[in-house]
Formats: sequence, C-alpha cells, structure tokens
Amino acid sequence: MVEVQRTETAGARVIGRVMLYALLILFALYYLMPLFVMLTTSLKTLDDIRGGNLIALPEQVSFDAWIKAWSSACTGVNCGGLSGNFWNSVSFVLPAVAISTLIGALNGYVLTMWRFRGSDVFFTLLLIGCFIPFQVVLLPMAQTLGWLGIANSTTGLIFVHVVYGLAFTTLFFRNFYVSIPEELVKAARIDGAGFFRIFWRIILPLSPPILVVCVIWQFTQIWNDFLFGVVFSSGERQPITVALNNLVNTSTGVKEYNVDMAAAIIAGLPTLFVYVVAGKYFVRGLTAGSVKG
Amino acid sequence: MNSSRADAALSPPPGKKLRDYVETALPKIVLGPTLACALVFVYGFVLWTAWLSFTESRLLPRYDLVGFIQYVALFENDRWWIALKNLAIFGSLFIGICLVTGLLLAILLDQRIRAEGFLRAVYLYPMALSFIVTGTAWRWILNPGLGIEHLVRQLGFETFTFDWIVTPGMSIYTVVIAGAWQSSGFVMALFLAGLRGVDDSIIKAAQVDGAGPVRIYTRIIIPSLRPVFFSALIILAHIAIKSFDLVMALTGGGPGFSSDLPATFMYVFAFNRNQIGLGAASAMMMLLTVVAIIVPMMYAETRRQHRG
Repeated sequence: MVEVQRTETAGARVIGRVMLYALLILFALYYLMPLFVMLTTSLKTLDDIRGGNLIALPEQVSFDAWIKAWSSACTGVNCGGLSGNFWNSVSFVLPAVAISTLIGALNGYVLTMWRFRGSDVFFTLLLIGCFIPFQVVLLPMAQTLGWLGIANSTTGLIFVHVVYGLAFTTLFFRNFYVSIPEELVKAARIDGAGFFRIFWRIILPLSPPILVVCVIWQFTQIWNDFLFGVVFSSGERQPITVALNNLVNTSTGVKEYNVDMAAAIIAGLPTLFVYVVAGKYFVRGLTAGSVKG
Repeated sequence: MNSSRADAALSPPPGKKLRDYVETALPKIVLGPTLACALVFVYGFVLWTAWLSFTESRLLPRYDLVGFIQYVALFENDRWWIALKNLAIFGSLFIGICLVTGLLLAILLDQRIRAEGFLRAVYLYPMALSFIVTGTAWRWILNPGLGIEHLVRQLGFETFTFDWIVTPGMSIYTVVIAGAWQSSGFVMALFLAGLRGVDDSIIKAAQVDGAGPVRIYTRIIIPSLRPVFFSALIILAHIAIKSFDLVMALTGGGPGFSSDLPATFMYVFAFNRNQIGLGAASAMMMLLTVVAIIVPMMYAETRRQHRG
C-alpha cells in the first residue's frame, strides 16, 4: 500500500480526495454503462427504443423481449429462441470442466510429487502449447473430429475443450501443489500408501482452493468460447455464444434490439453469476493463470 | 527427490514385483494421455497445418506439396494486408490503452479507498463476459441510428456524428473501444497485485528524503512493476493476435472487410470460402507472429531475471 502523504494543507487534501473519488466513480459508471444499457434496452418495447434514447429508462417495463429471446427468436430458419443453445452449452461445458479439472489435478500431482526424468521437459512442452493461436489447429481438428465420428456433436466439443484446456488446468494444480511439502507424501509412501491412495487421502483434501479457481476459470473460458463452437458445430448443436452471434446478425425482418440485448444478457448470465458469487477466485485464477502462462 | 530412487530405497519384498512395477509406472501412465494430446493435437497439428499451407488444398485437403504459392497468394491479397494493418492499429492502441487505464486505475485504487472491493469488482466484471456479449452490447451502443450519436443529438448537438462502426477505415477503432472496455480491468487487477507487493520500506525511505508522490511513483514504484508490465504486455499481445470473437460480433469484419483481423481472415478463407491452403498459410503467419513477438520478449525477460 502506497499512501500519498505530504505536509499539505487540510483543504488541498480534501480536494484531492474528492477528485480521486470523482474519477473512480466516473470510471465505474463507464464500465457499468454497457450493462445498464443492455438491461434497460432489453426491458423496452421497440416503440420505446425508437422514441427514446440509449440511457432513458423504459416507459413501461416489458419482459416480452426476454421471452422471445428465450423461446421464439429466429436465427436463420430456426425459430426456437436461444433456450436450446443455452442447454447445449450447459451439456458440454459441465463435463468438459469436470474432466479437464480432474486430469489437470492428477497431472499437477505427478509433476510435483512423482517427478521423473523428463517430467520437467513435459511441463515445458505443455506450457508452450498455451501460446499457440488456436487458428493453427482448427483445420486438422475439423478433419480429425470427422474421422472419429464426433464432428458436430456434444462429445466433439467436450473433447476439443478438454484437450486444449489441459495445459491451463495442469498449470494451476502444478503451481499449487509445489507449495505442499513433499515430506507429507514421502511419509505416506513409507507407510505403504500407493499413488491413488495418497492422491485421494492427502492431496485432494488440501485442494479445494485451487479446485475452485480451476473450475471457475475453465467454466468461464469454455462457456464464453466462440471459435471452437462456430467451427466445430452447426445448427441446433451450436453453443449459446454462436447462437447469439447468429441472432444479432440475422438480417431478415425488423431489427429487434431489445431481443438482441435480452439474448446477450442470457448468454452472459451464467459467467456473470459465477463472477458475482466467487469473484475472488475468478481474479485469482486470472492472475495466476496469466502471470505464469 | 527422484521417484525411481525413492522406490529403490523402499526395496520391495519379492513377489510384489508386478504391483511395484505398476506403481513405479503409474505417474508416467497418468501423464501419458496429456503428453499424447499435446504431441498430437498441439505439435502434430501445427505441423499438419504447416503441411497444408504448402499444398493447393481448396474445399478438401490435398497433400502434394507445391511450395510457397499460398504464401505468395496471401501476400498478394489486399484483404490480408488490410487485416495486418488492422492488427497493427488494433494491437498497439488496445495494448496501450489497456496498460495506461489499468495502471491509472490501480494507482487510484491504491490510495486507501473506501469500497475498494466494490469498485474493483465493477472495473473487472467485463472480463467475465464473452467477447460475443461485449461485441453485441457495443454494437448497439455504437450504432449511429439509435445509439450514442442519437443520444447526443437529442441532447441538442444536432450535427454530432459518431458513425465509426459503419465507416470503412474507422470501424477497427470501435473494436479498440470495446476491447479496451473488456480487458483494461484485468490489467488493473494485475497492476494492483503488483503495487501491493512493492516494498514499503523503500517508499518510506524516499518519503523521509522528501520525495513527493509523483516522484515516488515515477522513480520508484512504476519501475519496480516491470515484471507486471511484462506479463500484461504478453497477455494483451496474445489477446490482440487471437482476436476473433469480438470482431465477429461487433462489426463482422465490416463494413466490407475493412475491420478484418488475421483471425477473421483465416476463418473466412478456411471455412467459408473453401480455400484451405490459403487459410492454413494465414494461420501459420499468425503463429509466426506470436512466436516473433512473444519469444524474444520472454527471452529478454528471463535473461534479465537471471542476471538480476
């Protein structure tokens, strides 16, 4: 903590504080503005949107746009709203998060407690993989998913997200387990405990903090993904981000901004919810994952 | 401690050899699938894409090598040059604005502020959103008919014009606006963590020597944040080069293809226009850009750390 203290007069100090808070609040308003605009627009009628302006409150609150976005908005030829895509996203995000987290935990455990010759090389190889732009794997992956018979399927998306999430989840757990004293594991080994027994009985009970960080990170990443969704799925299989983009870009008929905004909030709600209830862990993952990655 | 040596020290009783062998091999067996995934789906696929970029593949992949014709075609393509120019504009402005805003917000927040936790949460929440959601929101805010332009005109400035999003040559700047809105809070979080790690005693000493707050910041604190600058720079550069979703949702690369970035170029040519070879070549150029920018930075930084 750096405190700006000087031998200035009390008056100057008060003015300084007022300006400081004014600036901070201005920035806060700027960051909140799009959310406010999205929310108010989604609650307006189309007439209200045309007659009013961006920051005006709705003349009368209407949930029609929300209902339409959820159950009857058209993206291309499909007019079932975004509900199907929402549940699509749920159905591949949850397994992908669970699998990548579990494998990441085991990898981290091996890389810290059961190191062998070559395990550090392995870790470096994995880390470099974090840096590649995914564009460079899209074409081969599209072909491979076809060969495996899981193109345009929930399984396919789970597979892709697990494969490209492993580097990060391994990184999280490895960096966390490094700080666990190795003696703990050595003692258990002398007592005859095996690889998995030590993992279940000793390592996993120590892991909740990093588990939360990793699950939140993976959930946010995979839920928000667009690239894999748009390339590896089509039609009714598409995740919510892709459906939202289609909805907004559908050019037939009247442009219904209120429906667009309701749809955008629906797509953002799960990650926003996670952020509100577990923001501390979200930030921790963000900084941990990025500083090391 | 090396695991094989540890196992030898525990000298297994005879008859338990198989179980012991499995136990010794288990760590490797556990890492196996991940190693295979990395080798095949990362390194193997990079080579595969590289191979494709040297072929004449169009709708379907073909594997007879024809040399650099896709790369020649790529660099003779105006749209690719626009994408590169846009990446330069977007990358430098996005990184610059995020670094400046992030550092400013972190310093402001570090002044014993009430409700710091709340403000921090407000600055950072965009990071939890998908770029598609961000793009959709800003597309609405920036649309000239009913968005900001309309709002300011209603306030009485009848001739106010803000139509960048539909103006070729300007639409890329709207991507900067939305991108910076989303990512600057994240940079703030990085810097704030860095500020909290600065050694208090150095600052106290400087204060005793009569240094003012501006001097303390510019001479002592900000230089000591160098590693944070470095990680923020790498992350932001990485986001910029990969940027795809934001452009797709905000401008769709338009008007025309005036706000294309390499990532949208790659997607359009590889998946919409059935030019797999050209798409692969552009993907390889993206990879090379990442390598050319990030590797020297990491190298310089690690060398500096080793010396220091």
